Amino acid sequence: MKKVISANQAVSYAVLAAKAQVIAAYPITPQSSIVEMLSGFCATGALQAKFINVESEHSAMAACISASVMGARTFTATSSQGLALMHELLHYASGLRLPIVMANVNRALASPFNLKADLSDSLSQRDTGWLQFYCESGQEVFDTIIQSYRISEKLLLPVMVNLEGFILSHTYEIVDLPEQSQIDLFLPPAPARECLDVDNPCMFGSTTDYYINFRYKMHQDMEEAKTFCSEIDAEFKKVFGRDYGLVSTYLCEDADLILVTAGTIAGTCRVVADRCRAKGMKVGVLRVRMFRPFPGKQICEPLRKAKKVAVIDRDFSPGCGGIFAQEVKASLQGINCGLPVYEFIAGLGGKDVTDKDIELIIEQTHKMPNRGESTWIGLLK
Amino acid sequence: MDRPAQIKFPIPEEELVYSGHTACPGCGAALAMKYVLKGLGPRTIIVIPPSCMGTIAAGFPFSSLKIPVLRIPFESTAISASGIRAALDVMGKEDIHVLAWAGDGGTFDIGLQALSGSAERNDNIIYVCYDNEGYMNTGIQRSSSTPAGAWTTTTPAPFVKDTPKKDIVRIMAAHNIPYIATASIGYPADLIRKVKKAKEIGGTRFILIFSPCPTGWRYSPEMTIRLAKLGTETGIFPLYEIENGEKYTLSSKRSEKPLRDYFALQGRFRNLTKENLQQFEERVEKEREYLKRLAG
Amino acid sequence: MKKRYSLKSLDTLPITAISFITTEGNETGEWRSQRPILDQEKCNRCGLCWMYCPDNAIHAEGGAFQISYTYCKGCGICAKECPRGAILIEKEER
Ligand SMILES: Cc1ncc(C[n+]2csc(CCOP(=O)(O)OP(=O)(O)O)c2C)c(N)n1
Ligand code: SF4
Ligand code: SF4
Repeated sequence: MKKVISANQAVSYAVLAAKAQVIAAYPITPQSSIVEMLSGFCATGALQAKFINVESEHSAMAACISASVMGARTFTATSSQGLALMHELLHYASGLRLPIVMANVNRALASPFNLKADLSDSLSQRDTGWLQFYCESGQEVFDTIIQSYRISEKLLLPVMVNLEGFILSHTYEIVDLPEQSQIDLFLPPAPARECLDVDNPCMFGSTTDYYINFRYKMHQDMEEAKTFCSEIDAEFKKVFGRDYGLVSTYLCEDADLILVTAGTIAGTCRVVADRCRAKGMKVGVLRVRMFRPFPGKQICEPLRKAKKVAVIDRDFSPGCGGIFAQEVKASLQGINCGLPVYEFIAGLGGKDVTDKDIELIIEQTHKMPNRGESTWIGLLK
Repeated sequence: MDRPAQIKFPIPEEELVYSGHTACPGCGAALAMKYVLKGLGPRTIIVIPPSCMGTIAAGFPFSSLKIPVLRIPFESTAISASGIRAALDVMGKEDIHVLAWAGDGGTFDIGLQALSGSAERNDNIIYVCYDNEGYMNTGIQRSSSTPAGAWTTTTPAPFVKDTPKKDIVRIMAAHNIPYIATASIGYPADLIRKVKKAKEIGGTRFILIFSPCPTGWRYSPEMTIRLAKLGTETGIFPLYEIENGEKYTLSSKRSEKPLRDYFALQGRFRNLTKENLQQFEERVEKEREYLKRLAG
Repeated sequence: MKKRYSLKSLDTLPITAISFITTEGNETGEWRSQRPILDQEKCNRCGLCWMYCPDNAIHAEGGAFQISYTYCKGCGICAKECPRGAILIEKEER
């Protein structure tokens, strides 16, 4: 059924379709409408789940963790400050190897306060052992949440699905909500795994010198995730006719300059790439959809044929620069590719990244020497 | 066990704690666990945050508890139990007790917010705080349960703690939860009776257990039970129950022993001044009057 | 407890720290610096020592109590609480 809904509503419908069993969440702008809608589904019985009205995001994640150790399918959603408050527990969730799925509505971190889109909140959590996806449309948000349950329940690793605050979360688009029977076929109840059980008692999560071994297992499974996520994506396409890839490329085949970015900025980049092509400039666009594990191979493959790369980050790591840029450079270094990478910081705190901004970025990559530093776009005068 | 007929007290024989655990000799917390699990039985799931009990439960690949255990973050004891309950509910499993177990640090301090959350929602869990009046696992630091006048490594002599112990029971009573009890490892039969009573009620139940710690309180380990009893006999740790936030029942008799007897046994009170002692006496007297009034 | 795991290799380890062995192999009796000796003649089988032992090192056997020196840490609680003075504490000789 096709419906005009916001991406936040797409999250809620996906969780309904996935038949989550325990949901614990705490409201925060711009995520609140997800919590409101889900609590409604649980109250009316549309979703046969326990909704826990927790007193903080910290407790939201703690409840998901313990419910998940019991074998329940769990969900939470948060944003920015809430995600930061969860930080300690994100490590617990992945360390206990729990298939928790979370939506994070990207928002800038205080201080100063800013309620709008900025990917620094989730990127600050990149080392917590969660898979991370960055979406571009309401449809992709819905589909990625459904995929995430399959992925997490196979790999026993938690998955964070990111969507930019307001720009995506509050934008209404047509979203195709598949038949429940189709969803059920693609996403059956979770396969059996080791859980807490009074008939077979054991202890989860104690102190150990085998820590390094368990981390190694996590590393192996993160590596496997790169292949497995592609397989799931392909299977998803067979059933629903849509796929997304770990990265999505546009006109990259013969491009001299490839713009690399994540989330909604990619759409604007494609419009500008079309314009450039009309003027005879060979510009391509690569959108990074999966950030953890980082699909370095899938990113380098299309890039290596280009002459220049410009990475546009709606995020930044003080003292280092754009976070996607650092990861892209590290991957290129890994394959001994000396391609010049230009770094641009744009759209922090929800600032619009317009077509003019992208054109300016392209112009700069032509004119400026590559000093290996980031260039900031859109500072207010 | 082949129980000698002479044993008079109503204590279940089944042990749900394995020997070989790593509590210090004479540990009150280990006894608290032994008694609570005797009361609850094997169909119990427990969550334990970082604390001495986390250590006593043992490191991987070992476990000293015969029930399922989840080791959880320090702040999250109550909500972790609530999450387990939620999962049991959706799975339709009803005959299982969910036990949240934390020290005073994990309860009075860092876990108070989550505990208040679970209590306000009246989540169906049993919360036990074993009270050893300090952060023992990290090396005897002050908690808000440490009494005034006590030495700890962060209230070093002569600058011992100058504020009284936080009254966690009143805080919990203000949540109007169905059942609250204070108990002591010095009185196992009373303790187990309270656990069994709690077990029969739904909603959030809170039990505070006085659990002397030889290592942190600086006394010789054989005195653990003596001290536990003295705590109650002197009126420092009165035993009572509160039902639905309003029905108070005292389970210990009027104290007769002088406070001095209790303090004298413990190295941590070596710096106690005359004024400290007097303040203590006044506070104990006030508390006794308060409880008597409420118990009617 | 789960017996199918072992510490032998990465493949036989559980996926995360899931404990699968009891602590009964940990002979805490080695910690002992003093040893409780139970005098069966004086003992009236009241069971207080059994009730108060933090290490479950006292158990009933054939209607009488026995101390397991495999686990007894020598805390001395049993001797202190025995109403008949039936348990004496001696220095541990090793
Ligand atoms: C967030 C966090 N802060 C600090 C610690 C360190 N820590 C571990 S146990 C502990 C003290 C525990 O005290 P309490 O709850 O009273 O239990 P006890 O050890 O006294 O039995 C502390 C401070 C931690 N594990 N997590
Ligand atoms: S420090 Fe105290 S509470 Fe901790 S194990 Fe030792 S005696 Fe028990
Ligand atoms: S000395 Fe302590 S550990 Fe040993 S049997 Fe007596 S009470 Fe138990």
